[in-house]
Amino acid sequence: MEIFGVPSALLGSQLLVGLINGSFYAILSLGLAIIFGLLNIINFAHGAQYMMGAFIAWLALTKFEINYWVALIAAPLLVGLFGVILERTMLRKLYKLDHLYGLLLTFGLALIIEGVFRDQFGISGESYEVPEALAGGIHLGFMFLPIYRAWVIVASLTVCFGTWFMIEKTRLGAYLRAGTENSQMVQALGINVPLLITFTYGYGVALAAFAGVLAAPVFQVNPLMGSNLIIVVFAVVVIGGMGSILGSIVTGIGLGLIEGLTRVFYPEASAVVVFVIMVIVLLVRPAGLFGKA
Amino acid sequence: MSAPQQATALIKPEILYTGLFIVGLIAPFAVYPTFLMKLFCFALFASAFNLLIGFAGLLSFGHAAFLGTAGYVCGLMVRDAGVTPEIGILAGTACAGLLGWIFGILAIRRTGIYFAMITLALAQMVYFIVLQVKATGGEDGLQGVPRGQLFGLIDLSDNLAMYYLVYVVFSLGFFVIYRTIHSPFGQILKAIRENEPRAISLGYDVSKFKLIAFVISASLAGLAGATKTLVFQLASLSDVHWHTSGEVVLMTLLGGLGTILGPAVGSATIVTLQNELADKVGSWVTVIMGAIFVICVLAFRRGIVGEIQALIRRAGIR
Repeated sequence: MEIFGVPSALLGSQLLVGLINGSFYAILSLGLAIIFGLLNIINFAHGAQYMMGAFIAWLALTKFEINYWVALIAAPLLVGLFGVILERTMLRKLYKLDHLYGLLLTFGLALIIEGVFRDQFGISGESYEVPEALAGGIHLGFMFLPIYRAWVIVASLTVCFGTWFMIEKTRLGAYLRAGTENSQMVQALGINVPLLITFTYGYGVALAAFAGVLAAPVFQVNPLMGSNLIIVVFAVVVIGGMGSILGSIVTGIGLGLIEGLTRVFYPEASAVVVFVIMVIVLLVRPAGLFGKA
Repeated sequence: MSAPQQATALIKPEILYTGLFIVGLIAPFAVYPTFLMKLFCFALFASAFNLLIGFAGLLSFGHAAFLGTAGYVCGLMVRDAGVTPEIGILAGTACAGLLGWIFGILAIRRTGIYFAMITLALAQMVYFIVLQVKATGGEDGLQGVPRGQLFGLIDLSDNLAMYYLVYVVFSLGFFVIYRTIHSPFGQILKAIRENEPRAISLGYDVSKFKLIAFVISASLAGLAGATKTLVFQLASLSDVHWHTSGEVVLMTLLGGLGTILGPAVGSATIVTLQNELADKVGSWVTVIMGAIFVICVLAFRRGIVGEIQALIRRAGIR
């Protein structure tokens, strides 16, 4: 079976890879957007924290025989806690300064984290076995669908929409949205904004770590896995604009799919297609697809 | 990201700069010239970067693209097209300027954090292109670039001759930056940095000024990159990598954002540190660079030169 002269199995599998990459873009850009909304900081360490999530899962399995499901919960909690400590000890000091200092600080943190992991584990990469319950795959007739990959998509979409629901429909989310609009006013109404900020940063970071655990069996667990990804996610964020939660999710997945299609029809361009789209969006709609002008 | 720049002069600037210039002239007799050449290339690179962040308030996180592209262009011209080194350097600089113009038109559509992210993403695109194009040698980089003969006359394979070329290039570049900052144009850039809406309401075409500043900065970064290729006789992939973009931010931050000598001091410190540490600590170099970043941002935002200026000012008041 062929579609546009391309075997459907190839098209299907690349679209699947695109969808998976897209779900990672979505989770990561969602985390960036939430953090940026309240803290006005672009978290450059997001990639490093994603990598930490993957490494914690790998270490837990190989050193302590802690299984995937525990890691899926524990790694985000641990990395989120790490984020809380960072926020309380360092980021907090920068809120009154130019936003760019937050970017520089988190860049420095990313270098430190990455450097430590590189020293400990080298750059060759470790592989993480797919958990038994999700091993194998299904023949769909036109293509082979590995169960784990389907799980990655389902799990990340669930988390993304769960986050969206929490922000748009719950009281905590209402505080968060209000804090994003005008944090001084919210504080005056008696809500503990510093605590809200700490929680937000911790949650955004935990999202990154969750994506990292999901990614561990798909990609190689490698100290550099985050930094290569995060720059693409920055482009995704520029394309989508950070104004809308749903916008980040849609943009992330859409770009993943486009990247997958590019890999089928013009593989040489697959590494740069997201950046090319960023250029076009900047020319046509500088504020981003979902941004407020 | 403002920093005070008027050096309350215990020493007159003219005397300070003349003194430093003379030190540079005799330096190769005291210090290993190749090390000095590397230092001057990075000092020019950082000074060019500082023109944007320090005086126009624009944080570019993609300056490696200009350094690297100019390096590759210069290397290809000299090695494969067989032109003399000065033509190679000019060609590299011109290409970096052109690339800067493209980056500039796109990035100045947004401000602040978005500006930084856009430049970073564009630079990453350049990185992937350099990685994939055949002419650049992919992961091996461009090797075996001859230094050639300057104007067809002076043999640059002599380290001392090469040193003085680098020194002249650095001094010229530094002079251009100095003049730019102290010109009416530079004053307008500062006005934009301090209060963009007011600059607009005063009738300045803010985007145009930002774009010109970006092109100047990119060209000078390219000048540094092209020269660096001749010094080391290779252009490597790491020159276009985002690590290099981050490094130049660090050098400038450490030396002092918005100070004239800061970037040079910062890059001298970092290059020396890297030279000293490379063999001893291996991959911990990245960690140390990151730690310096964190310390600078949290506790040392004025940088070395900025702190010294503040000290002098305090002494002057007393």
